[in-house]
Amino acid sequence: MIKLFETNKIFLITSKSQKYVFFIFVIVLCIGLTESLFLSPEDYIQSHSVRIMYVHVPSAWISIGIFSLIALLSVGSFVFKNKNFLLVSKSLAPSGFVFNIIALVTGSIWGKPTWGTWWAWDARITSMLILLIFYLLYILAWRIFDEKEKVTKITSIIAIIGAINVPIIKFSVDWWSTLHQNSSVNILSDTSIHPSMLFPLLIMTVAFSLFSLLIFLMKYNTELIKIKNKGLDRL
Amino acid sequence: MIEEIVLMKGYGLYVWSAFSFTLVSFAVLYTLIKTNLVREQNKFSSKYLLLNKEKAELAIKQSANKEILANRISSVI
Repeated sequence: MIKLFETNKIFLITSKSQKYVFFIFVIVLCIGLTESLFLSPEDYIQSHSVRIMYVHVPSAWISIGIFSLIALLSVGSFVFKNKNFLLVSKSLAPSGFVFNIIALVTGSIWGKPTWGTWWAWDARITSMLILLIFYLLYILAWRIFDEKEKVTKITSIIAIIGAINVPIIKFSVDWWSTLHQNSSVNILSDTSIHPSMLFPLLIMTVAFSLFSLLIFLMKYNTELIKIKNKGLDRL
Repeated sequence: MIEEIVLMKGYGLYVWSAFSFTLVSFAVLYTLIKTNLVREQNKFSSKYLLLNKEKAELAIKQSANKEILANRISSVI
């Protein structure tokens, strides 16, 4: 288990995989953009504005998924006392944060032609805004605090408290009367979205996941090189 | 045909701005992260060049250190 997390070995894998992930991401993104902008049909009610879904929904899914992962890894670092879990969490945060912003901004752009407003204090939107605040606090904590023990505790607490918001985001459309519709794509129950729209949505989700993986690898490598830099000082 | 793609029955401004914002955000995040990575790689190699022969030999024995120096030279993406 400990050998698995050996930084030297991890670095060899992460540094080499970066360029392959980049090329696959570019290919998948091109397919996704073609599908979502030109090939997928327009909606019978929302017309072409439905195309915003192909950037809005994957961004929201990924930002929520990344924060859940950060919270899990933070708990893991407490339980297993593994510093690498925190390094992974720290490297995941930037892409999660940006996807959260993309979800809010594209949602706002979609809201104008659909609901007639750029913003509403709807339960789903508000809980996504709260998630953004938690991301911001998490990233700022890593920047502000230098002491290792302190930053470990503070970032873990932020991630674990922030994780309470994740099920609120998911079930906000069921618990409260909101402008958002109930989820159309379900893993455990029936999916109500037509395959002609589901396909580009899934392609874009894969493309965005690959982008967050790419950013994660680059950030993680940066953090490992920082550690190696300190190692050179100690020689 | 092109006009239809651009205007999208009056929704073009919304659709194109949402996609543009997404792609610009990707480019900004990628550039920031890449700049930091290259900066750390450069810092590492300049520190490595300042080491004396014995320490440099000791450092290069680690596969990760070798990889960082190799990456700095061949860093294209």
